[in-house]
Amino acid sequence: MSTDDSTTATTGTARVKRGMADMLKGGVIMDVVTPDQAKIAEDAGAVAVMALERVPADIRAQGGLARMSDPDMIDGIIEAVSIPVMAKARIGHFVEAQVLQSLGVDYIDESEVLSPADEANHIDKWPFTVPFVCGATNLGEALRRISEGAAMIRSKGEAGTGNVIEATRHMRQIRADIRRLSTLDETELYAAAKELRAPYELVAEIAGSGRLPVVLFTAGGIATPADAAMMMQLGAEGVFVGSGIFKSGDPVKRASAIVQATTFHDDPDVIAKVSRGLGEAMVGINVSTLPESEQFAKRGW
Amino acid sequence: MDLTIGVLALQGDVREHLLALAELGVLARPVRRPEELDSVHALVVPGGESTTMSKLAVDFGLLEPVRERIAAGMPAYGSCAGMIMLGTTVLDGRPDQRTFGGIDMVVRRNAFGRQVDSFETDVVLDGIEGHAFRTVFIRAPWAEEVGPQVEVLGRIEGGPADGRIVAVRQGRVMATAFHPEVTGDLRVHEAFVDLARGVLIGSADE
Repeated sequence: MSTDDSTTATTGTARVKRGMADMLKGGVIMDVVTPDQAKIAEDAGAVAVMALERVPADIRAQGGLARMSDPDMIDGIIEAVSIPVMAKARIGHFVEAQVLQSLGVDYIDESEVLSPADEANHIDKWPFTVPFVCGATNLGEALRRISEGAAMIRSKGEAGTGNVIEATRHMRQIRADIRRLSTLDETELYAAAKELRAPYELVAEIAGSGRLPVVLFTAGGIATPADAAMMMQLGAEGVFVGSGIFKSGDPVKRASAIVQATTFHDDPDVIAKVSRGLGEAMVGINVSTLPESEQFAKRGW
Repeated sequence: MDLTIGVLALQGDVREHLLALAELGVLARPVRRPEELDSVHALVVPGGESTTMSKLAVDFGLLEPVRERIAAGMPAYGSCAGMIMLGTTVLDGRPDQRTFGGIDMVVRRNAFGRQVDSFETDVVLDGIEGHAFRTVFIRAPWAEEVGPQVEVLGRIEGGPADGRIVAVRQGRVMATAFHPEVTGDLRVHEAFVDLARGVLIGSADE
């Protein structure tokens, strides 16, 4: 948190960080690897882009370590668009995060899609001015990330597969965990916090409010307008689309269709209309055929 | 007739505005379609991404109906992206970006910088009683130029942006570059509800 001495202005407050995610709600954040793709995303109505060197499907296909992107590449995308630009740091790699903040990215995704840099600790996100989004598979994991300073949560899903089954599981799990908390009495919340391996104060807050204290998006395997709409109906407040757009036959059309389906997620007529003539969807992967070592969602703790 | 205020729900922090209005005892509902616009007396345009709202408003046939309603005197209030949508000219926007109009002003997008420059500060607002308003600016715009009929309600004090216009009103349309809806301070919404209620009562008397 820093203060400009000449004014009462304060940057990097929790309200400013969490508020930024509030402004993305109802929107679609798209993975892009070039300035041209970033422009296509902006033209389609994306609320932000995620700048990275390889989309998850290519990270999966090519193997090897995946790290923070080249600063030149991120700069190029920042230059190309006027909407917010996010970028990924490895789990626990606080120096990659420092670099991304110094480049002026608008949000950092501490992401399991990259190779983790610390097997015990995630980044302490509170000292940063830039806000962070983190993945979660259940409520306990979401709350641990929030207690470390995450200002936004997304489901992990299984990135780069074009298969929503894991994102569905994570969205349902997080929502079910929240619903369960609201049925407990005050005494039971202490044991619930222990089970969730999460701070009691956050658990008690959610039991009362019935929702996370930060915005909840979905990510990991979303490939069609109907996928995006289903995640919204399952309680997501917005959608990350990774490989699903630029690994498809007609990215321009598909990007716009997913944006429209996200806004009108409860209107099957709109979803039907925008789902027509989109060309080939990305080739998907059955998650059950992936060996555990290749499942990104298992990364992070 | 009960006052009903719509919140444009194409994208953005719709929920926060609906809650603020509900807390003030107003019937508030999301507006995504022209027929939903027909059933409201006033409209809030929320914070969010103005380029996304502009595109969706065009795609789903809301741009012209909202423009026409505002031109015909419907009260409107916009925060942040909503301020951009209620301006007449946008700087640093997309070439195809459209607005609803309502306030004769030139608005600069992301005027204060990127997210790392987003901030909170105190702003004194004309017509809002009590202490200075704790304001939250998120990749916020400012009004770079305003027409003669525009009332300036608040400016930044001190720092590099000293004097920049961040709250305005022209007739029945209000806009703030900041987000009162994320602060829990309802005084800006209250002023808008009073304005909208006055217009509704006035039209019933005619």
